Amino acid sequence: MMSKIVRTQANFLYPFILIFGFYVVAHGHITPGGGFQGGAVIATGVALVAVAYGYDTIKKWIKKTHLTAAEGIGLLCFIITAFIGLSTSFFYNFLANSGLIFGNRVPYGINPGYLNTAGTLPIMNLAVGIEVLGGLSVIIMYMMAYGREVKQ
Amino acid sequence: MIEDIIQILVLIGMMITAYLSVKSRDLMECAILLGVFSFLLSLEFFILQAPDVAIAEAGIGAGLTTAIFVMAVRKTTRWEVEE
Repeated sequence: MMSKIVRTQANFLYPFILIFGFYVVAHGHITPGGGFQGGAVIATGVALVAVAYGYDTIKKWIKKTHLTAAEGIGLLCFIITAFIGLSTSFFYNFLANSGLIFGNRVPYGINPGYLNTAGTLPIMNLAVGIEVLGGLSVIIMYMMAYGREVKQ
Repeated sequence: MIEDIIQILVLIGMMITAYLSVKSRDLMECAILLGVFSFLLSLEFFILQAPDVAIAEAGIGAGLTTAIFVMAVRKTTRWEVEE
């Protein structure tokens, strides 16, 4: 556990880092960034709290099994979304221009960017974001746990 | 014109931080200097109009690897020793 200044800064910055990460994931198909970048930003917030509070406190809040489960669930969502369009081809974008969720048609010309477009791409961005969030956070957690064993 | 000046300053800053992180004996200082190096590299990617790579570099390079280096230095010795 580090000093009270570092812990106060971490408490203040943690929600903003999380919100920015989920913004990058959710707007992956219209602005720069995507699933991997947003997941890395969220994992940076987890690393900030982990460094500020130390492993003994953080292991009560964040379970490694939950992070590993998030990794598996993200990869499963990605591959299932790819297999649903298999009647035409693998990774077929069956939701684009269909009128269902994320299925609006993009108007012609310069526009500010509409979220409810692009078919299966936002779903795949979300799946990759969940997967990278779990994977990079579990790297941090195992790094802290292994360091403790070496010291003892 | 202003872009060239910013680019030259960023590249000089990257060279200085890389040299100092190789030369320094304090390993915590080396980790922080590598974080500054990654941040300047992401700024350079942004100037070269690759914001996608810049976000990835700022997240992975300046955030996660710095945290991992700080953890590793805290679990071991802080000063570099002669073998």
